[in-house]
Amino acid sequence: MSQKKIKCVVWDLDHTVWSGILLEGDTLVLRPGVRELIEAFDERGILQSVASRNESAPAREQLKKFGLEQYFLHPQINWDPKSESVKRIAERLNIGLDTFAFIDDQAFERDEVRFSVPAVRTYDATDVERLQADLDFMPRVITEDARCRRAMYQADMVRHEEETSFKGPNDAFLATLDMTFSFGPATAADLLRVEELVARTNQLNTTGRIYSYEELAALRESPDHVLLVADLTDKHGPYGKIGVVLLQRTEGAWTIKLLLMSCRVMSRGVGGALITLLRREAKAGGVRLLADFRATDRNRMMYITYKFAGFSDLSEIDGTSLLEADLNEIPELPAYLVVNSTWQGGSGG
Amino acid sequence: MTQSDARSKVRAFLEKFIRDQDFEDGDNVFALGLVNSLMAMQLVLFLEKEFGVKFTNQDLNLKNFRSVDAMVELLGARGIFAAA
Repeated sequence: MSQKKIKCVVWDLDHTVWSGILLEGDTLVLRPGVRELIEAFDERGILQSVASRNESAPAREQLKKFGLEQYFLHPQINWDPKSESVKRIAERLNIGLDTFAFIDDQAFERDEVRFSVPAVRTYDATDVERLQADLDFMPRVITEDARCRRAMYQADMVRHEEETSFKGPNDAFLATLDMTFSFGPATAADLLRVEELVARTNQLNTTGRIYSYEELAALRESPDHVLLVADLTDKHGPYGKIGVVLLQRTEGAWTIKLLLMSCRVMSRGVGGALITLLRREAKAGGVRLLADFRATDRNRMMYITYKFAGFSDLSEIDGTSLLEADLNEIPELPAYLVVNSTWQGGSGG
Repeated sequence: MTQSDARSKVRAFLEKFIRDQDFEDGDNVFALGLVNSLMAMQLVLFLEKEFGVKFTNQDLNLKNFRSVDAMVELLGARGIFAAA
């Protein structure tokens, strides 16, 4: 059975996280193994939330007393069906329900969730002790970005609130974020994260081609290729590594074999900046800039990104289009972004 | 659907993104803060859905979307306006 790895665990509270019932005034103690499991999931980059039928304020207060409140994103403490709560969490986090686990001591609640959202995997509170070692909860690799994933999502929540309350044009909002975009050749230490991004990114991915760790390591060393990574920070903290570019260099031309950006930066205007950088370097190096594009059912946005960034179609073979960038009219880099590029593709030696 | 209906629909959509700023039908909307891939995608999807067209790869060029005038012209070329 090959199932997707769990990316988010949703916890019930009464008789699951703690023993006793909050609203009945019971003396509450954490159930054995719960704290250790929550901490272990957090370190592995698995996100966590709560779906509990309770009064919100006292339940949050109790989580705070146990020192657990900070682990839960978008906790749903209300009287709605738990399937609704789980769906709401998935929507807010923008991750698929087929990567969700739901832990609840009551068979009725587990059945209700399974009935309405069959993709969600459900577990009894008594499963807690064995879940530490369950392979579905064990990411294949744990990157530095994974360890910070919760903090990054928490920062995203703050950003989202600011963005929705901001009055004025979008580039004026982006200017308030103090973003720094760094771009350079991948180091050996970056490869795990690059592999993870390649595997996780569907929408903002120009070809949908999957590369293994070994392939990426070989491409990084290949004299005909350049593997570049981008990361982004703003005043709320790091987004981590959010972009990957694979360039193939031949006589007189560079071809972008792969360009992808994490969905978390979809509205940050950094994809366009990245393409502007590539066009500049190609022009400085006196080479043509080409790009592969392979349509999947989800990546039309990247085609539009290329086309709106001065690329036009040259040819199509077996479903892969070859595009070429106009290098005459290259726009300025956006003013809302500080760009640190350590890559000297064309302008360097 | 007349050309002026289309023009006001396109404008209304853009105003959501280009809040607070006045703009002319000939102005470059990408210079007005319509800055990222997501907005470009939303713009394309909005036009396709609203006017019942499916743009070809040839249609998807910046010059066809850079202003209200350009978009109205593109829609006209795709035959969505009733003959007068």
